[in-house]
Amino acid sequence: MTDRRRATGRSTLRALSLFATTACLAAAVLPAHAADELTLYTTREPGLIQPLLTAFTATTKIQVNTVFVKDGLLERVKAEGARSPADVLMTVDVGNLLDLVDGGVTQPVKSAALESAIPANLRGTDGQWFALSMRARVLYADKGLKLGAFRYEDLADPKWKGKVCIRAGQHPYNTALVASLIAHDGEAKAEQWLRGVKANLARKATGGDRDVARDILGGICDIGLANSYYVGQMKSSKEGSDARKWGDAIQVVRPTFANGKSGGTHVNISGAAVAKNAPQRANAVKLLEFLVSDSAQSLYAQANYEYPVRKGVALDPIIGQTIGELKVDPLPLTEIAKYRKQASALVDKVGFDR
Amino acid sequence: MPRGLRAAGPLWRIATLLVALGVLAPVASLAWLALGADLSHWAHLLQFVLPQAALNTALLLAGVGTVVLVIGTGCAWLVSSCDFPGRRVLHWALLLPLAMPTYIVAFVYLDLLHPIGPVQGAIRWMLGYDSPRQFRLPDLRSMGGAVFVLGVVLYPYVYMTARAMFMTQPAHLMEAARTLGEGRFGAFRRVALPLARPAIAVGLSLALLETLNDIGASEFLGIQTLTVAVYTTWITRSDLAGAAQIACAMLLVVIALVLLERHGRRHQRFGSAQRMRAMQPRPLHGMAAWMATIAASVPVLVGFVAPAAYLVWESIKRLQLGHGISRGLVTSLGNTIALALGVTVLAVAVGLVVAWTARSHASAPNPARWQARAATLGYALPGTVLAIGLLTPALAVDARVAGWLGLPGLPLMALGMVLVVACVIRFLAMPVGGIEAGLARIPPALEQAARLLGENATGTLRRVHLPLLQPAIGASALLVFVDAMKELPATLLLRPANFDTLATWLYAEAARGTYEEGALAALAIVAAGLLPVVLLARTQFRQAPATGHQNPHP
Repeated sequence: MTDRRRATGRSTLRALSLFATTACLAAAVLPAHAADELTLYTTREPGLIQPLLTAFTATTKIQVNTVFVKDGLLERVKAEGARSPADVLMTVDVGNLLDLVDGGVTQPVKSAALESAIPANLRGTDGQWFALSMRARVLYADKGLKLGAFRYEDLADPKWKGKVCIRAGQHPYNTALVASLIAHDGEAKAEQWLRGVKANLARKATGGDRDVARDILGGICDIGLANSYYVGQMKSSKEGSDARKWGDAIQVVRPTFANGKSGGTHVNISGAAVAKNAPQRANAVKLLEFLVSDSAQSLYAQANYEYPVRKGVALDPIIGQTIGELKVDPLPLTEIAKYRKQASALVDKVGFDR
Repeated sequence: MPRGLRAAGPLWRIATLLVALGVLAPVASLAWLALGADLSHWAHLLQFVLPQAALNTALLLAGVGTVVLVIGTGCAWLVSSCDFPGRRVLHWALLLPLAMPTYIVAFVYLDLLHPIGPVQGAIRWMLGYDSPRQFRLPDLRSMGGAVFVLGVVLYPYVYMTARAMFMTQPAHLMEAARTLGEGRFGAFRRVALPLARPAIAVGLSLALLETLNDIGASEFLGIQTLTVAVYTTWITRSDLAGAAQIACAMLLVVIALVLLERHGRRHQRFGSAQRMRAMQPRPLHGMAAWMATIAASVPVLVGFVAPAAYLVWESIKRLQLGHGISRGLVTSLGNTIALALGVTVLAVAVGLVVAWTARSHASAPNPARWQARAATLGYALPGTVLAIGLLTPALAVDARVAGWLGLPGLPLMALGMVLVVACVIRFLAMPVGGIEAGLARIPPALEQAARLLGENATGTLRRVHLPLLQPAIGASALLVFVDAMKELPATLLLRPANFDTLATWLYAEAARGTYEEGALAALAIVAAGLLPVVLLARTQFRQAPATGHQNPHP
């Protein structure tokens, strides 16, 4: 071992410790807690809500610190307990919202602004959660197809054998739909439906909602279920981009249920709740109230292509032309949410994702 | 005499014990969670979920295992025993897929091989079809596709360890085999391969654990593995206790497999690592040489060049469409490097302490050995599951610390310390394993000599072993760095507010369903992982020039 080698060894160690110090310093940029701040934990992608948060900060001068958490939002807030910095918890799917409430990490909010803006069936009875936007589960179909009215039940029709694309049955968007089929038609019929759709699949039930459009363009399938806002996203993409080609390959149909009393389309929500231990409770309520204001609701419609929860807010033109005004299935969301564990078990039982 | 031979003082032992307990904390908290539910749902799981998931997992592991063994060992032997055009580049380029996160490769290949992608488009054009409805290839979203994607990305783990072993295998053993009448292949199969088995087993187990823990690629390709079943149980059915039960059962299986493998070679002693005359690569000529070049290039092309080129192409397309490089992306790059550096430094330091305390030094077994084994458990858990397990104990400590210091909130969490600790726990297996292997190659006589000359254990470590361990430390540091850069699930769950890494940035784009706009972030991850991988190749394969002579500048 030469001295030169040893010296290299030492200088490497020295360099490493220098890096360590730098890294610690870099990590030490702590958000200072001030009155004009709030912390948002969200499972919604930051890109989607950033325009709304920017507008909120511009009007109220309240800075929003965001943490984008995918899975485990509830577990994190629970473990943080009384010292949690979270003020607002935001997520999609009514089941996820109810999990937060059942997990005991939310608190009731009384606000005239929220109650007047959001219809009663789109918020928790005691103000534990609030829906902020709606999305419909719609049918994407090959442009060349001649389709009349379409019912969710038709997806199991053997005439579509080898022509259906859909994402994983265990995804919340799909379990929520299965849950509402259980509520409408009963568990036995829902199971039969799942088996029928499974038999019709053109490929494994996987990927995302936009893959339905892409795979229709790719000739893998003819029809599939996906959320409404992707239509706006794809069809508004720049001319020549891949997403635009996918969006231009499809037509969109708003399905209904066979149950004649329904007449509406399956809808899910994005929503939020004030965290139980919110250090900035007042700011948290301000953010929720802002998000249901006219201007924010039209941002939800225009920038995210979602359906506003507030009455009288205009839809994005693309959504207006391709899907149109929403006729919502009258079954209450909380009623649907009751069946989602049963729905998930059914998806396993028929081996939908296998 | 017994005192003089003690491996390490009480401070070292306490530190190692603390590390082992720290790593076991998330496991214990998972076990605690698992006890929180009865077993009633197992009837459903056993009937409808677990048999299929277990079969899928077994098939995936068998498939990926076969692919990485064949490519990894085959290429390592080829570049070690033969000389052919391009060998000087390929011997390090074969490591490049390490810089590729599996989820990115899955995205890229789905794009490339999609009916509307370039490959099938070209095939249709050549065959004269004009619509994918007339002709298309089988879908990548299948078991075969998952084996392909994971295999071509993970083979470098086997290649790296096998290559290092073949390089240091003394030539005289092979020559003896040949004089005793074995052919070239026979000598490889009956001498070189068995000698390299421990090293190959290490590489293979890293590749298989990555496969087992993978959630991004297999979920994306629609393979319902046990890990996916854990997620479904937890996320869709909101049954964390049930998920913890499956995760604990999986962990037990992993531990059993690792013990079995160790048991299988407990009586084997492997040749000393003294630098004897190493094998000379045999020059190949003509067709054989070019065949060798092609064989060794294909894994690099498929596992790295093609996906990287596609990312570059997509990035250029994005930039031309006017999506610029956002400031957030640059900040994310800085965060990623800071996080990876912090994790690397801590993991290597902790790994050194553990490996040194647990090293075998006399005939009696070292009581700290179980701690070294325990310290590597983190790698056997899926990232999110580990993070969930760590949440409760880590935040309890955090609240206690904040209470003592009179600080509001959760300072360790807000500083990102919990995240760093989680990543260290996750990747500790690499420095512990790497440094243990390095220590095993240093003859105990060296330590005895140093101690006889009056140096104490710590001094011996500093003045004798650390310099000798440099390659091992360097290699494990680089491996940890690359893996920490790609880390996604624990980062997503444990990061502080307003803190994005390249991986979370990319994930957010993908979650929005706009993953082609993540091309820039993906490219940045790959580019930033490239330098450590090239460095790794340099430290690992120093004496590699085609002629087989020692490198003039060691």
